[in-house]
Parts: sequence; structure tokens; C-alpha cells
Amino acid sequence: MNYVSETILLAVGTFLALLGAAFAYDSLFAAHMWVLFFVLLVSTVVMLRKISFAPAGQTSKSSVQSEYFDEVIKYGTIATVFWGVVGFLVGVVVALQLAFPDLNIEPWFNFGRVRPLHTSAVIFAFGGNALIATSFYVVQRTCRARLFGGNLAWFVFWGYQLFIVMAATGYLLGISQSREYAEPEWYVDLWLTVVWVAYLLVFLGTILKRKEPHIYVANWFYLSFIVTIAMLHVVNNLAIPVSFLGVKSYSAFAGVQDALTQWWYGHNAVGFFLTSGFLGMMYYFVPKQVNRPVYSYRLSIIHFWALIFMYIWAGPHHLHYTALPDWAQTLGMVFSVMLWMPSWGGMINGLMTLSGAWDKIRTDPIVRMMVMAIAFYGMATFEGPMMSVKAVNSLSHYTDWTIGHVHSGALGWNGMITFGAIYYLTPKLWNRRRLYSLQLVNWHFWLATLGIVVYAAVMWVAGVQQGLMWREYDDQGFLVYSFAESVAAMFPYYVLRAVGGAMFLTGALLMAFNVTMTILGYERQETVPGAAPALQPAE
Amino acid sequence: MADKHIDEISGVETTGHEWDGIRELNNPMPRWWVWTFYATIVWALGYTILYPAWPMVSDATRGALGYSSRADLAADVESARIATGGIVEKISSASLDEILADQQLSQFATAGGAAAFRVNCTPCHGTGASGGQGYPNLNDDEWLWGGDVNAIYQSIAHGIRDSVDPETRVSEMPAFADMLKPEEVRQVSSYVVSLTGTPRDPSLVDAGKQLFADNCISCHGEKAEGNRDMGAPNLGDAIWLKVRDEAEIAKQIQSPRHGVMPAWATRLGDATVKQLAVYVHSLGGGE
Repeated sequence: MNYVSETILLAVGTFLALLGAAFAYDSLFAAHMWVLFFVLLVSTVVMLRKISFAPAGQTSKSSVQSEYFDEVIKYGTIATVFWGVVGFLVGVVVALQLAFPDLNIEPWFNFGRVRPLHTSAVIFAFGGNALIATSFYVVQRTCRARLFGGNLAWFVFWGYQLFIVMAATGYLLGISQSREYAEPEWYVDLWLTVVWVAYLLVFLGTILKRKEPHIYVANWFYLSFIVTIAMLHVVNNLAIPVSFLGVKSYSAFAGVQDALTQWWYGHNAVGFFLTSGFLGMMYYFVPKQVNRPVYSYRLSIIHFWALIFMYIWAGPHHLHYTALPDWAQTLGMVFSVMLWMPSWGGMINGLMTLSGAWDKIRTDPIVRMMVMAIAFYGMATFEGPMMSVKAVNSLSHYTDWTIGHVHSGALGWNGMITFGAIYYLTPKLWNRRRLYSLQLVNWHFWLATLGIVVYAAVMWVAGVQQGLMWREYDDQGFLVYSFAESVAAMFPYYVLRAVGGAMFLTGALLMAFNVTMTILGYERQETVPGAAPALQPAE
Repeated sequence: MADKHIDEISGVETTGHEWDGIRELNNPMPRWWVWTFYATIVWALGYTILYPAWPMVSDATRGALGYSSRADLAADVESARIATGGIVEKISSASLDEILADQQLSQFATAGGAAAFRVNCTPCHGTGASGGQGYPNLNDDEWLWGGDVNAIYQSIAHGIRDSVDPETRVSEMPAFADMLKPEEVRQVSSYVVSLTGTPRDPSLVDAGKQLFADNCISCHGEKAEGNRDMGAPNLGDAIWLKVRDEAEIAKQIQSPRHGVMPAWATRLGDATVKQLAVYVHSLGGGE
């Protein structure tokens, strides 16, 4: 491939970043532009070295149009593992900061800056890369078509990594628009919009040129995720910058409208990023790994449309008992409760796909991981509607119960299904006979499962205790506990939570090692847990 | 692709589609799933009839039960008010001395003050009101601005060095770094430490005593016993608010730090501040 125009564009971008740093309206923008400058400078140098000066007409191997475009998926798989380890590590750090406040290192590594680093790293860097990589893999296989747009897929991948780096360095510098899960400022948001539209083009283009008569269910879920995230991202981040060379911007919304827009975004980030997108993942990798047909086609249609229709209304349940009008609170609550069965449709289809192959839970640690993911999905999607009921919410809101709920979904569902997909993908992408070690997968499974159980159980107890302490009145009608006392009471739970997180992180490190060794082409001599012939799917 | 076939293991027909080897069974949706889904929809419809729900042109449906979270809150506040039997109103109209004299009022005020203290005061003064470095212990007999209930009330209501309240308590110790040489500061700090009964180098102490008489007694008093009109602390009782050793005393003399407490009357209302004063007064050091 000839990369001349790409390299020129990168060089221009590098120069613009330098100008941005030189003429910055505030010092934070200057610092952030210096970061951008160095990132782009390194990228330009790397690209310069890749330019091929061979005469036109000589095509290299990668441009053969008949093959699937898998090189970018390999990068995506490695990025997923890398950002996963980073995100979990930062998670353990913030957990320890809550237990031991002295670990807040001012100003760059205080909790206020590191916490969005953790959430963005796990949701957008780990989860986002997993979704982009697997969606590129799945859409090609199930459409029997090479990715649309040629090198556009590379732009999506590297553009997304640039977004991650800009967001992460921005948080540590103290650049934030204070919208939960949408902290990056306006210029980073604009960049993500460009990248996301390119992503939509690649995905939709591939579906349009498919050679299969029908669109597979996984692709419906992936497409709903891409389209809805584009809409949510654009609307929630509508803002007017103070200066086009400065970091600060003001939201287009104010007051309770602002809060509702934010939670419309925030809840549907959960709904369409962490649920819909990952269901797409499940609908491909579970049937492939267990080698069984999907349980029910009709259920997949009904639960898909019900899920995407219901989810978009559920956001107001984040604002129970606030200035949000009662009618909006009611609708947020009833739509959340109606969302229960549509969510469980995915769980049923995932679990029942194993019917006829239940023994694989015993013999195949990857299947075990996927089943545990679906189990946590089912649990979290029951807990969510329950917590959205106002009577429950009045106890659970603002407590660590919410944190426990989120993590049983994020670690259990998103984490485990991604690990399963990575273990499935790695040998296939790098043409290896099998993974380096299935025993390590088994270790990863148990460490992750125990870690989540410790984390979630501890946070339930902590949250309920917090909620009860806050509403404890004496017989004269006075509050019994100060807020500070409820904070002090959390100490043992916060320490245990960090222990659970550390177990989960350890499992992810084993995965990183396992994946690296597989890529390098090693195979560990071992007896596989369960039955030996389960190494490869039967038939 | 459209080759419907029967799945051997389950005996169920597939839809005939196939993607990368993945087929779909033509199973019906589980009945319990469908009926539970219907049940949640019926429940949701019922709920939206009973409670405010559907947005109309300028307002939303009010719901058959007439529920409103504002009315709910107002009713809760009202029932809490009634439960106190008008005692808060009595506290509002009574003077602090009258409250202390009335057992029912003082008991209620102590409990209410304790609750308000937990919410508002513990971040600085600690859950047991024992204070910390820079934050006074409210359990002991050492008072900067006076320990009778009216003085305590004044301190809470208008704060110490509050930036807005015109009636706030203000005093400022000058920075003696400009007036005393480092050697003289050392002498004064030695003298101040010796006041608490800790022996110090007599030559330093004697020189310090003279310097103290020349510079400090106008506020801290001849015997360093302090002056509550100026918030000047007693230096002889070995109770230290901001310092831990002689070096820190020297620093405090050279460039004193001054604590700030916000004025609470405008935030909490007079009745609550009165209850706080009664509670703090009851802690052990009240005069």
C-alpha cells in the first residue's frame, strides 16, 4: 500500500496541533495540544517509514479483495487486552484511594481525575475496542464480505485510539466537562464524532455488500449500538466552546433538562454500548464456541425490538426524587420494569443455545466463561429494573449498591463475554492450533468469578448499610448518624472491594500472558481441565 | 441457504438461514417469558393511570391517586413538625437561658442540636466534638470566645472571621516576623512553653518573658491567661489548637494562621442554631 496521502494528512495534523499549542487560549489547551503534537509526530514518523515507493500497479498482499480484512482486528484484540489491563489496574487504584485517602496524589492522580480515567478506560477503551474488533470480525463472517471502505477501518481503529489517549490525558490534566461517562471536552467529542461516522460507514457498507440473503441477529445488535451511540454522543455533548483554542465549553442545556439529557445519554450508554453491543458479541461467539444453533429466532427478533424500544426511555430512573417532574420519573420507572423481559430474552437465547451441549460447561473453560457472563447479564438486568422502582431506589440511590450493580454487569457480563470472545479469536486470527494454555483460562475464570462475587457482595452490604444509616431517625425524629460516620463505616468494605478488584485484575494479567504466548506461537503441554477431547469443538 | 432442516439433537426445525455455520432453531418464545412480559406491560399501564405519567401539551396527566412528590414531602415535613408538638416554635421564641431552665425544651434542644451537629459540624470538629489540629475541641473548658450558652450561640450564628456576616467574630494576631528577630522569637516560644510547666533554658525563658511583656500581654494577658473578648487563647493550660511543639509555636508567632468558621444562622435558621448552642454547651465545658 502507498500511504503518501495518509502521511501528508498526519503531518498537517501534527502542524495544526503545534499551532494549537502556540496560540492556545488557556494553558490546559496548550498542554493538551502538546500531547496531541507528540502523538501525531510519532505517528507521522512511523508512517513515513512505511511509505512504499514501489511503482503503482504493484499490489501488496493486504489489498487482495477476496480475503477478510483481519489485520485491524488483530490490532483491536491486542488493544482490548492492553486497555483492559490498564482499566482494571486504575480501578484497583481508585478502590484503594477510597479506602486509603492518602493515596490521592495531588493534583494529577486525585480521585476526581483518576475515577473518570477508570470508567472511560474500561467502558470506552476496553469495551469499545472489544466491540469494534469483534464487530469487524463478525460482520465479515456473517455477511461473507470484506470490510467496506478499505483503509477506513484502520482510520477507525487508530482514530479511536487517539480519542482514548486524548480523553485519558485530558482527565489527568484536569480537563473535564463534568458529564458522567462523557467527560471529554468539545474538541475531543468532535474527533470521536468523525471516527464514529467512519465506523458506521465501514459497518453499514459491509452489511450492504453482504453475500448472505439475511442480516444475522448479531449485526442488528451491533448496528443499533453504533447508530444509537452516535445519536446519544452528539446530543449530550452539544456545547458552545468559550474559545476555539480553549478547553472550556458550556452545555446547550441547563438545569433539570441538562440532568435529564445527561442521564438519557448515561443510561443508554449502558443500554446500547454495554448491553446491545455486547449482545451482538454473544450472538456470534456463543453459538460458535458451543457449536450449536441459536435457540430461538423468534425470541431474538422480539427481544431485539423490545429492548431497543424500551431502553431509550429508561434514563429518568437515575433522577428519582429530584427536581425532575413526577411524570418523567414515573415513565423512567415503568419503562425500566418493562425492560426486564426484553433483557432476559438475550439471556434465554444465550443459555438455551447450550441445550444439547451442556457438558461443555464442564469441559471447556471458554464456554464456562461465556455462561458465567450470561448469568451475570441476567442477574444485572433483573437488579436494574428492581433498583429503578422508586421504593427500592429511595434506599439504594447514591449508595455503593449502585456501584455493586454496575460492576456485576461490567465485570461479570461485559468482562467475561469479552474474555470469551478474545480466547476464541486469538488462535483463529493468528492461525494457531489452539491457545497457549487452557488451564490458564480456567484460572482466569475462577479468579474473575471470585473477584466479582467478592466485589458485588461487599458492595451490596455496604450500600444497604449506607442507605439504612442515612435514613435512621431516633424517636424524636432526629438523624442518628452523621454522613462522616457512614463514610467511616465503609472502610472494611472498601478494602475488601479492592481485594475483589485485584483478583479480577490478576485474572486479566493471566489472559494477557496467555494471549501473548499464543500470538508468539507457544503451546503449553498440559492436561486440560475436564475431558481432554474438548480442546476442539466436536464435529 | 434456505435449506430448512431438523436439528438432530433437539429435533427442532431450523429457520433455514445459515451464517458462517450458525443456524437458528425455530423454537417458539418461552410462554413464561411472554406472559411475564405482558404482565409488566399491564402493570406499567396501571401504574401510569394511578400516578402522574403522560405528558400533554402544557402539563402531564396527574394520575388517579393525585400523587405528587412535592406534596408528599410537604406532608412528611408537616407530620414531623406535628410530632414535635410545637416544641421547635417554643425554642424559636424562647431565650437561651429560658431553654436551659426548661427541662423539656433543653432535652429536645440537646437532641436536635446533636443531630444538626452530626450533619453540619463533624467534618471539622469531629463526630465526638473532640476537634483536631486547627479545630477546637468543644468538650473541654478552654474557650476562645466564651463558653456560656449565649457566647456559644454568637459564635455559631455569626461564625469566626466569616467573610460575609457583619457581626462575625474577628481578631487577628499580627505577624511578628516583622517585629522580632529569629533569636527573640525563640526566646518567646521558650517562655510560652515554660508557662505550661515544661522546664526550658532559663536564659531564654527570662529574655522571652520580657519580650512577652512588651509585645503580647495586651491580648494574651499578663499571665498569658488569654482574653475572650479578642479570641486570644490561654497559653498556660497546655491545650494547643494549632501547634504541637516549640518550633511550631515559633512559626505561629512569626506568621500566625487564623481559623475560620462559617456563620450558620443564615444557613440553618435561628431555631437550629439555638439547639446547636444548647448541645455544645451541654458537652462538658459549658459555663
